[in-house]
Amino acid sequence: MLPEFNLTRPSTLTEALEILAAEPQAQPIAGGTNLIVDMRSGKLAPATLVDIGGLQELCCIREKDVHLLIDAGVTIAELLDDPMIARDAPILQVMARSFANTLIRNRATVGGNLVNAAPCSDTAPALLVLDAEVELMSTSGVRKLPLDEFLVGAFETRRQPSELLTSVRVPIPPGGARMAFEKMGLRKISCMAKVDVAVRVDVDDAGIVRNARIAVGAASAAALRVPKAEEALVGAVPAEQGLKGEQRLGEGIEEAVRLVGETVEPRPGSEYKRQAVRGITRRLLSSLLRRDLRANDAKGNHGKGSSPGGLGGEGV
Amino acid sequence: MGRTAIHLTVNGRRHEVSLSANTTLLTALRDLGYTDVKNGCEIGECGACAVFLNGEAVNSCMVLAHQADGAEIVTNAGLGTMKDPHPIQEAFADAGAIQCGFCTPGMVISTKALLDRNPNPTEGEIRTALSGNLCRCTGYGQIVAGVRLAAQRLQQSASSPASASSQSEEGQEPASEKRVLASGEQEKAGGDSK
Repeated sequence: MLPEFNLTRPSTLTEALEILAAEPQAQPIAGGTNLIVDMRSGKLAPATLVDIGGLQELCCIREKDVHLLIDAGVTIAELLDDPMIARDAPILQVMARSFANTLIRNRATVGGNLVNAAPCSDTAPALLVLDAEVELMSTSGVRKLPLDEFLVGAFETRRQPSELLTSVRVPIPPGGARMAFEKMGLRKISCMAKVDVAVRVDVDDAGIVRNARIAVGAASAAALRVPKAEEALVGAVPAEQGLKGEQRLGEGIEEAVRLVGETVEPRPGSEYKRQAVRGITRRLLSSLLRRDLRANDAKGNHGKGSSPGGLGGEGV
Repeated sequence: MGRTAIHLTVNGRRHEVSLSANTTLLTALRDLGYTDVKNGCEIGECGACAVFLNGEAVNSCMVLAHQADGAEIVTNAGLGTMKDPHPIQEAFADAGAIQCGFCTPGMVISTKALLDRNPNPTEGEIRTALSGNLCRCTGYGQIVAGVRLAAQRLQQSASSPASASSQSEEGQEPASEKRVLASGEQEKAGGDSK
């Protein structure tokens, strides 16, 4: 039995924000896939729930200017079906396929996963490499925050109690962007991440890495980017351009791997995570930057949204 | 805390019920007599409580009944009956995909969600689609076989509509329009044991 609470069911976003302004301790609920569990276990006992699950204003994916806008109420399953996500941010689909299971994905929302801010959030690392921003709204206005500033720690964000996370803005990556995501869990699927690694490299027309992003989830209090490791990759030349840059490429990858390993929070029993993060990062970077040299691994594992051999990355 | 009225349409039948805010859809459905919806873990791990909520397969234990106000819900028993089973239910029975039966209603819901979108799934796709449904007896092999058999039969009946769901060994009559069950006259479907 769930504890008792008052439930309000606003029919518009404005109404929802007014309720939160009047009663900041009220707890928004959408898919409920974390909240109901926490309420049942007694971890949370909010006096008032505000059901924002059905709000029309929060359920779209659209393109505006050079951004993808993903409303907070978009479900993980909807990411899998959307052609704009498939084209511009396929890493979100690889992530979504590894997210919990099919029943949960039909309820769990992008906004809910970010606001819940579990260290093992799968959406966070994938969105971090896309340079996502979150939009927070209250009766007094709207503000935008880069996702890495929004995420503060375990179950901790910069959302004020009177604010709702309303949407996620993703700058549409350039054409030469290559992305990969891999999740390691205790099972192949329907599990929480022990480690998530998300990687993106933007290769320009001359075949040089101009921009790189690496984010790690479930290995620290909040998912985080590793800027130094990203820098180590800038200027590298993917192997298909010929072998002249091979030494530089190898050094870049190994330096990035080393630096990513350092981000793992040292906790008892977590040494395996450091090794896993290194191994997965090396594998993902190799798959993105050494495509032609690893043709045997090529079956659907390369380019945007690839997940080479990932446990839970591409399903079973 | 007070109770307020909501409307639920379950397997085609409309209900008006007064429920407290903390009632889950799972509890509401079982209290209405839809006991084919099983109460397993209540934390979204096992999938025994899976139903279609406005066409999406979800765990009813994680939906507040009030969040489903006005929604269309279809449970396993809404798909077919003992006399007139859905091809998926029939295939599960024929393949021995049922042992204790507790997970079966949820398995059937997830199977239908899969086959509606992907009529000819691979074994990997089947296992992925059923990843939110736990079975503790069969070892999953027979369940995967049951889904395959269902897919085969549904594809055959799609290519020859006259023989729809008449592929079982019993040589049943072709399925007529599925009869909607009222909650008071529920038949047990798919090895329902509770």
